[in-house]
Amino acid sequence: MLEDPKLQKTPLFQQHQKLGAGLAPFGGWLMPIQYQGILAEHAHTRQEASLFDICHMGEFMIKADPVSSGLDRLVTQEIVSMPFGSCRYGFLLNNEAGILDDLIVYRIGLSDWMVVVNAATVSGDFRHLKENLSGGSVLEDVSGRMAKLDLQGPRSREVLEGIVGARAGELKYYTFSEFKIFGSQSCIVSRTGYTGELGYEIYIAVNYAERLWETLLSGGIVKPAGLGCRDTLRLEMGYPLYGHDLDEKHTPLDAGLLKFVDFSKDFIGRDALEKEQREGARESLICFQADSRRSPRHGFTISDGGRPVGRVTSGSFSPSLGTGIGMGYAAGNYDPGALLSVGDGKLEIPVRVVKRPFLKKTSLNGIGVK
Amino acid sequence: MDILKDLFYTKDHEWARIEGNSAYVGITEYAAHSLGDITFVELPKPGEALKQESYCATVESVKAASEVYAPFSGKVISVNSQLSSNPELVNQSPYDKGYFFLMELSDPAEKARLMDAESYRKYTEGLSK
Repeated sequence: MLEDPKLQKTPLFQQHQKLGAGLAPFGGWLMPIQYQGILAEHAHTRQEASLFDICHMGEFMIKADPVSSGLDRLVTQEIVSMPFGSCRYGFLLNNEAGILDDLIVYRIGLSDWMVVVNAATVSGDFRHLKENLSGGSVLEDVSGRMAKLDLQGPRSREVLEGIVGARAGELKYYTFSEFKIFGSQSCIVSRTGYTGELGYEIYIAVNYAERLWETLLSGGIVKPAGLGCRDTLRLEMGYPLYGHDLDEKHTPLDAGLLKFVDFSKDFIGRDALEKEQREGARESLICFQADSRRSPRHGFTISDGGRPVGRVTSGSFSPSLGTGIGMGYAAGNYDPGALLSVGDGKLEIPVRVVKRPFLKKTSLNGIGVK
Repeated sequence: MDILKDLFYTKDHEWARIEGNSAYVGITEYAAHSLGDITFVELPKPGEALKQESYCATVESVKAASEVYAPFSGKVISVNSQLSSNPELVNQSPYDKGYFFLMELSDPAEKARLMDAESYRKYTEGLSK
């Protein structure tokens, strides 16, 4: 394969080569798509535990009073009342309420925050934060120094406890804590993820990334998994992917994600979002399932009785359900059960609108797992 | 990557095993491997007339959908019905259990347009560079 010098490589690049991973560009990075195969890695994540190299994502460290700095106004979720050691998922919006990014805010202390953003949006997000944070606050992009490894699956807790200690296993959903590993090396572990399974995201200095990767894989329970199955796993949960299902042309109302917007406080884009609420959304993100193994694909047209009504933003075969599934924006109201079709002119796949998530039962809540 | 000696190959990575006046048709291990996990195969109907190098089937993997082209002209005799519920056979056994269909050859001389195993091996090696 010819290597594009513009593509960045994660600190785990040599590990991926050693494992014979199939690599492809994603968000400006050369990332592992699969090792043994997307279906096998998908199944292993749902049944056991998998390890994902997510070093491409961005991390910002912020020192700021949440109110006077303007930080609370930057995200759609209220962050002032966040307990220390908790995470919150929300959006950065522009003035038109278009989604600049989806992110997770970590509250480390009274005025200490970590914000985790998508790979392709790091520089845009940084500019947006810089422009809107007051002079007294400190904003630092630590993406280049911080590795992120995702450990996901019903057996992730037992593996994590064995390496980081029993206290890590006590983390509740959407909380985090700092731990010592390899003697005195600190890392941040949060009980968060993008697969729908019980799982953890581990942040550690880049020079420890390979050691942590090898340690997590050494017990034989955990296998490496690529972005290919990360995509099928997240899609089965109906989790949106920025750049596909979320973008600046759509608002949290369009995306059906208002539960991550707090109207009890001010935020950038609020006026536009309220206006859209009064006038009604132009289109909404819907989830649909095929009655066959055929996969809806990104860019397919969504049709209602032959009339085009929207566009598929994510589509794939669902390994857990054995059918094609997808998401896309459609104009009009489509309740679960509505019959539509998706296609590219040559192929037309009948689909039924369903409620998200596609997959209802997982280990996400941690009940019934070791 | 397995390339069987007695088969004929196309540039689009289909193979044909000639038996008398008919041929079994499938996709090569090279194709199956580069597509990744195959999740769906749409086959032609028995009786359907195919034209050499024209569309005859679709294979979908988790990543993408690809078209398959007929290595010969002729009529489809029967299809591998196992593939509708077990498309992974194409990955597991591309030259045997994962074959696509059996066809009657209207002009066996068309094989002049196909590659033998040695030429196909060189062709795929050129693609990997």
